[in-house]
Amino acid sequence: MYPDDLKYSSEHEWARVGNGDVAEVGITNFAQDTLGDVVFVELPEIGSKVDQFDKFGEIESVKAVSDLFSPVSGTVTAVNEELEQSPELVNSDPYGDGWIMEVQLDDPSELDELMDSQTYQGTLE
Amino acid sequence: MTSNADSPHPFIPNTASERAQMLATIGVDDFDALITDIPEQHRNSSLRLPNAASELEVATRMQALAALNQDAGTRPSFLGAGAYHHFIPSTVGAILQRGEFVTSYTPYQPEAAQGVLQSGFEFQSAVAQIFGMEVANAGMYDGPTAFAEAGLMAARVSRRNRILILDTADKRLFEVAEAYARYQQVEIEAISRESVLNGDVPDDAACIAFQSPNFLGRIEDVKALTDAAHAAGALSVMHTYPTALGMFKSPGEFGVDIATGEGQPLGVPLTFGGAYVGLFTTKQRFIRQLPGRIIGRTTDTLGRTGYTLTLQTREQHIRRERATSNICTSTQLIGLMVAVYCATMGPNGLRKVAELSYHKAHYLANAIDALPGWSVIGGGGTFFNEFAVECPIAPVEVSRRLADRGITGGLPVTIPPDFGGNTRGASEGMLLCVTEMNSRQGIDRLVNALSDIGNGGAA
Amino acid sequence: MSDGVVPNASVADMHDRRLLMDRSVSGRRAIEMPAADVPLAEMPSDDLLRDADDLQLPEVSQLDVIRYFTLLSRLNFSIDTNFYPLGSCTMKYNPKLNDQVASLGGFANIHPLQTDESVQGALEVMFELQQWLGEATALPGVGLAPLAGAQGEYAGLLIARAALEMRGESHRKVALIPDSAHGTNPASAAMAGLDVVTVKTDEFGNVDVEDLRAKADENACVFMLTIPSTLGLFEPNIIEINNIIHDAGGLVYADGANLNALLGLVKLGDLGVDICHSNLHKTFSTPHGGGGPGAGPVMVTEELASFLPEPIVVKSDTTRHSGSTTRHSGESRNPEGPGQSDIPTPSPSQGEIKRGSYHLTRPDNSIGKINGFHGSFSILVRAYTYMQSLGGDGLRAVSENALINANYIQARLRDRFDLAVDRLCMHETVLSGKRQADRGVPALSIAKRLLDYGIHAPTMYFPLIVPEALMVEPTETESKETLDRFVAVMQAIDDEIDSDPDSVNHAPHTLPNTRLDEATAARRPVLRWSSNGD
Repeated sequence: MYPDDLKYSSEHEWARVGNGDVAEVGITNFAQDTLGDVVFVELPEIGSKVDQFDKFGEIESVKAVSDLFSPVSGTVTAVNEELEQSPELVNSDPYGDGWIMEVQLDDPSELDELMDSQTYQGTLE
Repeated sequence: MTSNADSPHPFIPNTASERAQMLATIGVDDFDALITDIPEQHRNSSLRLPNAASELEVATRMQALAALNQDAGTRPSFLGAGAYHHFIPSTVGAILQRGEFVTSYTPYQPEAAQGVLQSGFEFQSAVAQIFGMEVANAGMYDGPTAFAEAGLMAARVSRRNRILILDTADKRLFEVAEAYARYQQVEIEAISRESVLNGDVPDDAACIAFQSPNFLGRIEDVKALTDAAHAAGALSVMHTYPTALGMFKSPGEFGVDIATGEGQPLGVPLTFGGAYVGLFTTKQRFIRQLPGRIIGRTTDTLGRTGYTLTLQTREQHIRRERATSNICTSTQLIGLMVAVYCATMGPNGLRKVAELSYHKAHYLANAIDALPGWSVIGGGGTFFNEFAVECPIAPVEVSRRLADRGITGGLPVTIPPDFGGNTRGASEGMLLCVTEMNSRQGIDRLVNALSDIGNGGAA
Repeated sequence: MSDGVVPNASVADMHDRRLLMDRSVSGRRAIEMPAADVPLAEMPSDDLLRDADDLQLPEVSQLDVIRYFTLLSRLNFSIDTNFYPLGSCTMKYNPKLNDQVASLGGFANIHPLQTDESVQGALEVMFELQQWLGEATALPGVGLAPLAGAQGEYAGLLIARAALEMRGESHRKVALIPDSAHGTNPASAAMAGLDVVTVKTDEFGNVDVEDLRAKADENACVFMLTIPSTLGLFEPNIIEINNIIHDAGGLVYADGANLNALLGLVKLGDLGVDICHSNLHKTFSTPHGGGGPGAGPVMVTEELASFLPEPIVVKSDTTRHSGSTTRHSGESRNPEGPGQSDIPTPSPSQGEIKRGSYHLTRPDNSIGKINGFHGSFSILVRAYTYMQSLGGDGLRAVSENALINANYIQARLRDRFDLAVDRLCMHETVLSGKRQADRGVPALSIAKRLLDYGIHAPTMYFPLIVPEALMVEPTETESKETLDRFVAVMQAIDDEIDSDPDSVNHAPHTLPNTRLDEATAARRPVLRWSSNGD
C-alpha cells in the first residue's frame, strides 16, 4: 500500500527519485481512497516551476475537490497526459500509471523534509 | 367562519385535536414551549397584514389588478430591447401544466428526477444547436446575468483581467456586468468597434464582448470582431437574440468562444421582465470553467441510459468560496419551456419565425422612412427585427400619443454621436421592434399614427 | 433502450428513453406558421445567412412532443405526487391559484419597458409585496430585483460594502460565516470580494460566541447568519451576537432561507439584523420548477434602503420625496441619457387607469442593476397571491405547524436515529445516520431506499459538520397521516439494515433508473445530443 522506495508528504503526496535529480510525483493510496472516484486532475504546465509544499494543481472527485501540493521544488519536465482521458488511473494505480508529474529537482536535500513509508503510515493511524 | 377545532387553512391540514396529539408526542404542553429560544421580548410579534382571504376573493382582486395593465396580447406593441413578444405554441402551456415538472426540486436524486434531467438535456442540446456551439449549460437567471458571467469566465480562462465590451451593446448589459465584476479584480471597459477592428486591443484584454444584433438592432461583423479578439489573445464573447439565429449564421460558425443570450424569446411570455432564462454556451475545452448547473448523460448499474447533474465540483455547494459562481439554480422550468418550444418549432418553425420578424420589420422600416420628418437611423447596415428611428418630436411624447391611440410604441432612446453606424451626431430616437405577432394591419395602424403625430396630430 | 415489442405498455414507454432527435423524422412538423402578410424584403447577403441544414432541431409531430414530455414528467418525483421532506428546501404545497393568477394576460403579456402608467396593476403588486415583506421581517427597505436566494445574498453583501464604503470603511473585507452555512454564503462573499473567516459551532449547535468575539475585529464587514440555522435551530444568543458585530462596526446579514419558521413568531429586524433575503420559492410557496426560477428579495433597515438594487417601486403620493429619484421607466436605459425627465403627465383620456400612482425608481445610492429587468415578476405575483390567501394569521399558522410537524417527526424517530443536536427544533430536524452507518448502511443508501417507498430523500450530508446527516423538513402542508407513514417507512428501512443491508445499499430498485454512474459522467462528459450517438 505504501511502497518503501517512495518519500511521502503530510499532504498525502509521494515522490519517487529515479535517475539523477528527477522525481516522479503522485498522490498516495490513502488520498485516492479518501477522495473516491477521481474524475479530473488539473495538470501543471511543462516547464513551470513548483515549490515544495505549495499548490501545483487540483484533483477532483465526483463531489469533492482538493488542492495538490508538490512534495518537492523544481521544474516540471513531464505530466501524465493519460490522466486527461483516464483520471481513474489515480484510483487504480496511484504509484504507477496514476503518476501526475515529473519534476527536475532544484535541491535534492529537500527530500529530507519528507517521510519514509513507515513514518507516513504512522500519521494515518 | 372556522371553528377552533378545524384546520387553520385549506393549505394546512392539522386539526386542533391532531395538533394537541402531536404536541403531546413531542412532550410539550403547548406550542409556546417550542419557541423558547426566541428572545422573549421579541417573541410572537404579530404581523400587521390583512386577514386570510378566500380563493374567490383573492382571484377577484388579482384579476382586477391584472386588468389595470396594458396587455401586449390585446393591442399592437412595438417594444423589444431585450424582451420580445413572440408566438408561444399551445404545447408549451400544456406541458407547463404538469405538476410533476412544476413542483419538483433540483435533481439532486437523479433516480427520482429523470424527467427534469432528460428535459434539461434536451434544453442543453437545443441551445447548443441553435448557437452552433459545442456545449450549453442548464440555464442561467437571464440574458444579462449570463453575459456578465461570460465576461468573468473569460477572465478565468485567459487569466487576464480586462473585460472589454463593445459600446454598441445595451447599457443594461454593461450595468449588470459591472455589478457582477465590482469586487472581482477585473475591469469592465467600453471599446469602440473601430478600435477593435484596427487592432487597437490592449494585450491584457480577457475578451472582446459584444452584442449582435446590437442594442439598436444592427448585425455586427461577428467574424471580424472574433478574429480581432483572437489576434490579441483574447476570447470572443457574443450576446445574441436567439430567434435571429433562425436565419443568421450562428456564433459557433464564426469561432466565438462564449455565446450567451436571453432565452425568453423562445417560448416564454414577457411577464414584465421575468422569470426568464439565460442561455450560456461555449467550447468543450472550457467546460470546467462554466458557471451554473450542467446535466450529463451516463448509465445506471444495469447499463441503461440515464442523466445526472455533472461537473459539480465547479459549483458553490462543493467549492464554496472558490466556486465558478454563486448561482444555485438553472431556472429549470423556464428552460423546460424553451425545450418544448424548440421541439415544437423544429428547424423550419424557428426559421419561419425569424423570417416573418425580418420581413415585417423591414416593411415597417420602409414605411416609416417614407414618412416626412421620420427616418431610420444607421441605414445601410443589416438589421434583424429592430431598428431606431429619428422622430420629429420628442420620442417620449411620441410614445404617449401612441398610447392614447391604443398602441404600445417603441422604446425612447438617446443615440450617442459615436454609436456604431450613426454618423449624424447625438439624436433622440425610438427603438422599434416587430415580430410575427405584429399583423400588417397593426403595423399600418402604427404608420398612420406616426404620420398623424408627425403632422401635429395631438390625439 | 428497448426497441422490441414488450407486452406491458407502461414499462415499454418508461424505458424508451430516446432523445427527441433520435425520434426525429425529416419532414414532420409540430406547428405551422402563417405565411407573411407583408411584401417580402430583400434578404441579407449570403455570408450572413445560415445554411438551411445547419439547424438540427427535432422534426416530430405535435403528438410526439406532448407524449414525449408527458413521459418525461412521469419519470419524476414532485410535490403533486410525492411526500418530499427535503431539508432546507421547503417543499410544500404550491397552491394552484398562484399559477393561474400568474398566467393572466394582464400579468403574463406585459413588457418590462412599458411606461409605468401602463402597468399600474403590476407595480401595485410589487409595491404591496415590498410592504408585506418589510412587515414580516421588520426590515422596511425591500428590493425585489434579486432573481434567486444567491442573488439576494450577493445584493445584500454589495449593500453592506457600499454602506461601509460610504462610512469611509472600505478596508472592512471580512465575511464571518458559521461552519454550518450553505455553500452559497461563502461563494457570494467571494463574489463580493470578501475574505471568508469561518466561525465555529458549539456542541449545542449554536454559534460559538467566544470564537465569534475573537474574530469580529476592525476588518469585519458582515456576519452571515442563517436563522434558523441549517441545523434547524434558532440561535438563542442572537441579540448578543448582533451586538458583538455592531460593536465591532460590522453589519449583520441574515440568510432568510428558512423564514418559513419565523412568520408571526419573531421579526429579524427586531433582533438587530441589518440585511436579510428571503427565498420566495421556499417560504412563500412558489413552485421550485425542478430547480428554478426563484426569487430572492433583499430586505434592509431604513438606513440602508437607499442602497437597494434597482429598481424599487414607490407610490408617488406618499414616498415621492423619500430619497429616490423618480423617472420614466422607458428612459432609464439610455446609452448617454440627458437629465431624466419627470413622470409624464397623465392624459385624461384613460380615466379608468390610475395613472402615475406607482413608479419604478432607482434608489439614490443603489448598488445598481444585478439583472436585466425588475426581478422574477411571475414569481413575485405568485408570492403576493399566496400571502393574500394566508393573511397575517395564516402566515403565523404556517410557521406554527411547520414547527410542530418537524418536532413530531423528530420525537417519533429519535429512538432509532441519532439527532445532530438533542433539543427541540424549528422547521426541520437534522438526523444523523451514524448508528446505521456503523451497521453497514450509509445515509446515502437510506435516502435512496426511501425513493422505493415513494418518498423523496431528505437532504443528505448537509450541514457538513454532522456525520451521515439526513435533514428532514416536513413542512406545514403535510398531514399527520403522511408524517406517520414517513416514520413507519424510516423504521422499516432501519429494520431492513439488519435483515437485508445489501438491498438497501443497492436501492433504489423500482425507479426508471438504478444508481447512476456519476464518475463516468464527470470523467467523460456527454452534455448534448450528437449525431454520432456518443
